[in-house]
Amino acid sequence: MSRSFTSAGTLDEAFAAIGAGARPVAGGTDLVVGARQGKAPLPEAIVAIDRIEALRVLDDTGGGLRIGALVTHEDVVASAAVRSRFTALADASAIVGSHATRANGTIGGNVMNASPAMDTGGPLLCLGATATLRSASGERVLSLDELWAGPGATTADAGELLTAIEVPAPAPGTGSAYVRLEYRRQMEIAVVGASAVVTLADGSVSDARVSITALSPTIRRVAEAERALVGGDGGDAGVAAAARAAAEGAAPISDVRASADYRTAMAEVVARRAIAAAIARAGGGDVPIPASDALYGA
Amino acid sequence: MKTAATLTVNGTDYPIEIDPHRSLLKAVREEIGLTGSKEGCDDSECGACMMLLDGRPVNSCSYLAMQAVGKQITTVEGLAGGLGVGALQAEFLQQGGVQCGFCTPGMLVSATALLRRNPRPTEDEVRLALAGNLCRCTGYGGIVKAVMETAAGHEPELASPPVHEARHATHRAG
Repeated sequence: MSRSFTSAGTLDEAFAAIGAGARPVAGGTDLVVGARQGKAPLPEAIVAIDRIEALRVLDDTGGGLRIGALVTHEDVVASAAVRSRFTALADASAIVGSHATRANGTIGGNVMNASPAMDTGGPLLCLGATATLRSASGERVLSLDELWAGPGATTADAGELLTAIEVPAPAPGTGSAYVRLEYRRQMEIAVVGASAVVTLADGSVSDARVSITALSPTIRRVAEAERALVGGDGGDAGVAAAARAAAEGAAPISDVRASADYRTAMAEVVARRAIAAAIARAGGGDVPIPASDALYGA
Repeated sequence: MKTAATLTVNGTDYPIEIDPHRSLLKAVREEIGLTGSKEGCDDSECGACMMLLDGRPVNSCSYLAMQAVGKQITTVEGLAGGLGVGALQAEFLQQGGVQCGFCTPGMLVSATALLRRNPRPTEDEVRLALAGNLCRCTGYGGIVKAVMETAAGHEPELASPPVHEARHATHRAG
């Protein structure tokens, strides 16, 4: 196939190009860098989807959220609805890359790149988000653990595009947080990360979701950590037990950024901070966005 | 396999031929000839290639040139207009925010993006906004101070001393 570039203004135009063999690019922040690093060459035929206006809309559905795949991180974190009710996602979008990454990188690109270190993945997984995949012939909705198949791999077909992420309304009394360990405050990839979504009712934890980032082939929830919280009072002992359980769910790799041993040791620290921040927010406490900055030295 | 396309850089339309894999940085430097923006890491880490796209920052080394068609591209050459320097650039000179100069175009563009959105940033906000721009000379102190001084006094796009006067002042100071 000869090298080509088209810019799609509508989904139909995008599917026409994809049907002819083109591969999509949105903000390019992963695709172009990945090609330079030798992960995968740039596709010979490229269709830019970043100007499809219908996918650039963040809808507050009156409780839940519908986030178009092309909504940028900058727009996610600017959303009052995200900041108030889906705070863990705001924590994550606030620290993706640098201000340039956030201005161009999209939530859809982050999710479909399927990095086990992606910042938005843990919050979305814990918040119960679903991914809407559309093709020229139809549409299907997957949970994120059905979507992510491994590092850099999804179960989406080549003819499918992610069109939206839908996030259900959290229960009253819910707080959430995402915390990552980082060596640099911007242009950083999570060394390890943790997300927590905790619901308090009558002084005890009625629901808890805990996930770990950059600690397993895909971002995953750790049921043992969640069980350690539910029914408890959300105090230090329960938080510590849950954090230990989260770390026991880790199966990290060693790479240039950290050894597996260091990642495992830090998993407990980062999980403890994320769970504590989520509980504080659930109780009306003021933990600034991003929680990572707020918890330096905690 | 190049495609005819027009890039709009600093308000001027440049009809050029673009390979679909060409980065915005390479198209602007090599096809258009505006070499202010630098290639440091070619990996979105160092920020030397920073440009504005419709007013928002972009690592132009990692952005396809074809995706910039129809957008307003701003490079360091377009920050002040003409041959002068703007208030922000003058403060970089004044505060010692420039040593070897390689990171300076990216720093200026990132700082401009910050000040347009947040005209009165705190020092921490300045450091965060510039954290995607690496400098190996200055230790950042002069750079951060230059942005803070600009925020305290002037808008970055305000008129400025002509470039020869600024050079003169630097030589005298040195």
